[in-house]
Amino acid sequence: MPGRLISTGRARAFSTAGQQAMPVNASNDDPDRARRFRDAALPHLDDVYTLARYLLREAADAEDAVQECYLRALKHFDTYRGPAMKPWLLAILRNVCRAEFARRASSPAAALDELPDDAAPTPLWHEAQETPEAQVLRQRDASAIRRMVSALAEPFRETFVLREIHNLSYREIADIVEAPVGTVMSRLARARALLRSAWTAEQEQPK
Amino acid sequence: MTCDEAEVLLHALLDGELDAGHAREVEGHIAGCPHCAALLADYREMSKAVAGADLRHTAPPLLRRRIEASLPQTQAPSRRMVLRGFAMGSAVSALAATGLVAIVLRNDDEQRILSEVVSAHLRSLQAGHLTDVVSTDQHTVKPWFNGKLDVAPPVVDLTAQGFTLIGGRLDYIDARAIGAIVYRRRQHVINLFVAQTASTERHAARTETIQGFNIRRWGDRGLNYWAVSDIATDELNEFGEKFETATAG
Repeated sequence: MPGRLISTGRARAFSTAGQQAMPVNASNDDPDRARRFRDAALPHLDDVYTLARYLLREAADAEDAVQECYLRALKHFDTYRGPAMKPWLLAILRNVCRAEFARRASSPAAALDELPDDAAPTPLWHEAQETPEAQVLRQRDASAIRRMVSALAEPFRETFVLREIHNLSYREIADIVEAPVGTVMSRLARARALLRSAWTAEQEQPK
Repeated sequence: MTCDEAEVLLHALLDGELDAGHAREVEGHIAGCPHCAALLADYREMSKAVAGADLRHTAPPLLRRRIEASLPQTQAPSRRMVLRGFAMGSAVSALAATGLVAIVLRNDDEQRILSEVVSAHLRSLQAGHLTDVVSTDQHTVKPWFNGKLDVAPPVVDLTAQGFTLIGGRLDYIDARAIGAIVYRRRQHVINLFVAQTASTERHAARTETIQGFNIRRWGDRGLNYWAVSDIATDELNEFGEKFETATAG
């Protein structure tokens, strides 16, 4: 994969997004508010990081996005009235990631790796880089499944991860990805159909 | 129902998202269609494998620290200044002082929260606002909290053990909404306040008396509990133990 991000580009993208918009509210310094935010938001850090890893793939990008997500969440914590904290944070994270996708798409320095929405013809299953022997050993284990999920095109991967890993309902997913519930259902159906083909292909690999 | 429709809807069936009517329709189709039945079986197997594979990532500790550092400090500055005096000198005493800050402040916070808990208990008795949802059925009280809190307080009926569930209420402690589950013991009311906490460790129960009310507090699996009542300490402890037993496992 070509280098997608120059590191200065990444730092700029995330830090400016964090500083723009509203001036820092005086209540940001309120220790009580900070503690409430900490208690409510930090328990979901692994969930937020997991989604970031599946959306952005690279660990360093995911970490930056998660940090930016928490900065934004703190900024808007005063206006937070629900839904539950986890979907709220995940929705913010998704917006951070989408801003990053948009930046990559418009930046000539960064290679665009995002797939178009109608990614049906995209070959899901690439010949693996590992040797066939190693692959047989790893068959069906976590890393294989993880790789198959990571190979899904973006809208399908996102929906699949929110459903299967974060255990959110269709309604909660629909709110996060800003799409109708029907769209969530069809994306999930598509995601699972693609995974099933990959799954079957893997099982039919010569032993 | 056509196979095309069923192939999408069977996912909703698998995820428990279909209402009873549609679920029957999809099941009806699957019963008569080996193709869709095989698909459903495949997806079930896949779902199990995915659930068993643990696809979650764990946030690196460094990231956690970065985020914590970027949040405004929660310690009260005056206290920190005082303690900083003790910390002058060696790195060892600096470390010790950090622990001291945590202990002193936590106690301070806890005292404030305890008195707020007692105030909330008193309010609930005086204002004729003991319960927002009145029910002796835990399956009515528990879902009532959905969407009102960012936690799902465990609600258990302890009638058989001598503590009658009478309902639930939203309350405010420490400037945030928390759940109150209300029980009755003879003529006495027990308010059980439940709030989320960042710590997932278990905290053993401690009992205190404030303004003549007994408070038993404990922490378990990311939730803090405060049981408040005017019943005797040993009865309140009995309540707490019954509750913990009923929610364990």
